[in-house]
Amino acid sequence: MIKNGFIMNNETQIKVGPPLWLLAELTYDCPLHCPYCSNPTELGDTKDELNTEQWLDVFTQARAMGAVQLGFSGGEPLLRKDLEEMVKHSRELGFYTNLITSGIGLTEKRIAKLKVAGLDHIQISFQGADPEMNDIIAGRGNAFEQKFKMAQSVKAQGYPMVLNFVISKQNISQVEDIMRLSCQLNADYVELATAQYYGWAYDNRDHLLPSQQQLIDAEKIVNEFRDKQQGKGPQFIFVTPDYFEVRPKACMNGWGSTFLTIAPDGSALPCHSAKMLPLKFPNVKDKSISDIWQQDFSFNRFRGDSWMPQPCQSCDEKEKDFGGCRCQAFMMTGDMDKTDPVCSKSPDHHLIQEAIERAKNPKNPLLERVNKRSIKDADIVQIKL
Amino acid sequence: MINQSVPPSLNAMFRLQWEQAQDCYVLLFPEGMVKLNGSAGEIMQLVDGQNKIADIINILNKKFPDAGDLTDDVHEFLIAAYDKKWLYYE
Repeated sequence: MIKNGFIMNNETQIKVGPPLWLLAELTYDCPLHCPYCSNPTELGDTKDELNTEQWLDVFTQARAMGAVQLGFSGGEPLLRKDLEEMVKHSRELGFYTNLITSGIGLTEKRIAKLKVAGLDHIQISFQGADPEMNDIIAGRGNAFEQKFKMAQSVKAQGYPMVLNFVISKQNISQVEDIMRLSCQLNADYVELATAQYYGWAYDNRDHLLPSQQQLIDAEKIVNEFRDKQQGKGPQFIFVTPDYFEVRPKACMNGWGSTFLTIAPDGSALPCHSAKMLPLKFPNVKDKSISDIWQQDFSFNRFRGDSWMPQPCQSCDEKEKDFGGCRCQAFMMTGDMDKTDPVCSKSPDHHLIQEAIERAKNPKNPLLERVNKRSIKDADIVQIKL
Repeated sequence: MINQSVPPSLNAMFRLQWEQAQDCYVLLFPEGMVKLNGSAGEIMQLVDGQNKIADIINILNKKFPDAGDLTDDVHEFLIAAYDKKWLYYE
């Protein structure tokens, strides 16, 4: 029940703040084939994507509600020829505009055009510290060289730059080289983020999830490197996988509290993975952002704590982690209302421990993310490598 | 650190703007936001690479005559802001 902007339920009264963080997934299409991709394995058809006008309207509506950070993501957002127009519009509205890209498709000229349009920041993903590792994971030849050149150009053109390395069993031994590369490229922030197991990454988990010892070793290297920096150079953020924690992550800062994702087809989601859940999510083609955020059943479904099962309901940490991740609960237990199995208090915690065990000896084959339009790219890579 | 002879400038990593929805000044940076309280917002507005610290104090003392001498408050904030890399002296 909604009353005066407050959501009322039996036990709690929650004020819904604005969706401060808007993630615009402009397309699921991508020139890379990373097996850690968190996009849905059932990628939609690009002909269902929102058009320019629809996206501009989404930005106008969200900004009026108080959204302030806007991420252009995907897939690969550079595949949208109207990206510059979207950047210009949203920057004029007062958004802080973030481009989250693989770097493939970027040129010096486009970096300059985006700057003129008002883009605030560029984040480039890398898959490894050298061409060999990077291009095998990315599934595309010469990807590293392209990323390296574009990262140099991004800094030369005066942008703040974040580098994102998704860390997995495949590249975790390169952590020190990755940190050196980041210094060489003069990055401002560097995310050393172990893969989160959603979408393609969930199917490939046995091949990606590092062992606890590998993580301990990597963290030691990161800390030693940081000590030598003496406050200079990039700021490194090391994100360990929640599988080795005893309490779940406060996923998305709480369901429907801060984050709003708009998928390429206009589906509005409380996080970029939520579409897997057995809930009917609204679409910006049918409803206003305000209606979606304030009133839609799916967005209210896990707000507050009245939905929580035990052991969350009586747990004094429920305000800290909000019961963890709904998608993780659903993927692992088949029930999205359960406590995140990462929690050691969860009756399903053994599922996490079993997953860690299984990852020691992967049996299923590693799947490369497939794009409907990019099969030819994959063929070319095989030849080049 | 504090430098009286060189005007402080906003670090290019940050953008300062008034946010109506938050009813305060905010610093925006890649994928993040810092909400500034009233006095922090007043000071940061004057960090423009032109005003020296003495100018900032003068302007604020004139703007808020009832607040008493703001020298110590401005110094304290600018030291904290430098540590957070919001500004630099060059």
